[in-house]
Amino acid sequence: MKAKVRLFARLSELAGMREAEVELGEGLTAAEVYELLSRDYPKLAGLGEILRYAVNGEYVTAAHPVGENDEVALIPPVSGGAGAV
Amino acid sequence: MLFELRSVALEPERLIEHVRRDESGAVALFSGVVRNNSMGRRVLYLEYDAYPEMAQKVMRQIADEIRGRWAAVIDIAIQHRTGRLEIGETSLLVAVSSPHRKEAFEACHALVDRFKEVVPIWKKEVWEGGEEWIEGEAMKS
Repeated sequence: MKAKVRLFARLSELAGMREAEVELGEGLTAAEVYELLSRDYPKLAGLGEILRYAVNGEYVTAAHPVGENDEVALIPPVSGGAGAV
Repeated sequence: MLFELRSVALEPERLIEHVRRDESGAVALFSGVVRNNSMGRRVLYLEYDAYPEMAQKVMRQIADEIRGRWAAVIDIAIQHRTGRLEIGETSLLVAVSSPHRKEAFEACHALVDRFKEVVPIWKKEVWEGGEEWIEGEAMKS
């Protein structure tokens, strides 16, 4: 059972990629998908406090379960628009 | 309604025309423009990254929220640039139409604030000798 993970902005630069696959095993939450990925890509570690998660393009809680073929996105604090955030 | 990400120049005239109706006496248009300085640093240019599919969905969701709060709003259009932007270029356009100016101004203001909180788009500032992804306030879902 696998899920796709999408990375943006600082996270994609830290990991050197914009997409990854993770093996879900018995089933994982969104936050556990991040923890698992950060074991393979240690530069991603330590960001859990600031990240939000999305599954299939919708914001979810860290405890949201991830299913087969779901798309998980790791969302650092956003900064669209111009001027001060 | 219209929600777009574009890698080329944004289109204020098109947005105004999109939201304008014969019954709309007001169109408020906000332009977010790339500034040459940030936190005391001289900015050379910006780069925007986005999660395009989700950004589309979230723009629609916040536009619906705003229409729920300002029932007089007639139509809404939003464009955001991606990729590299030079100083003076427009990164964000938000157009809101309503019968009278008060609702158009208020709804446009609230929509821009909400956009910057939740739409999955990120800005990197590049200055002489360095660069940094700007991260807004961490928000809980």
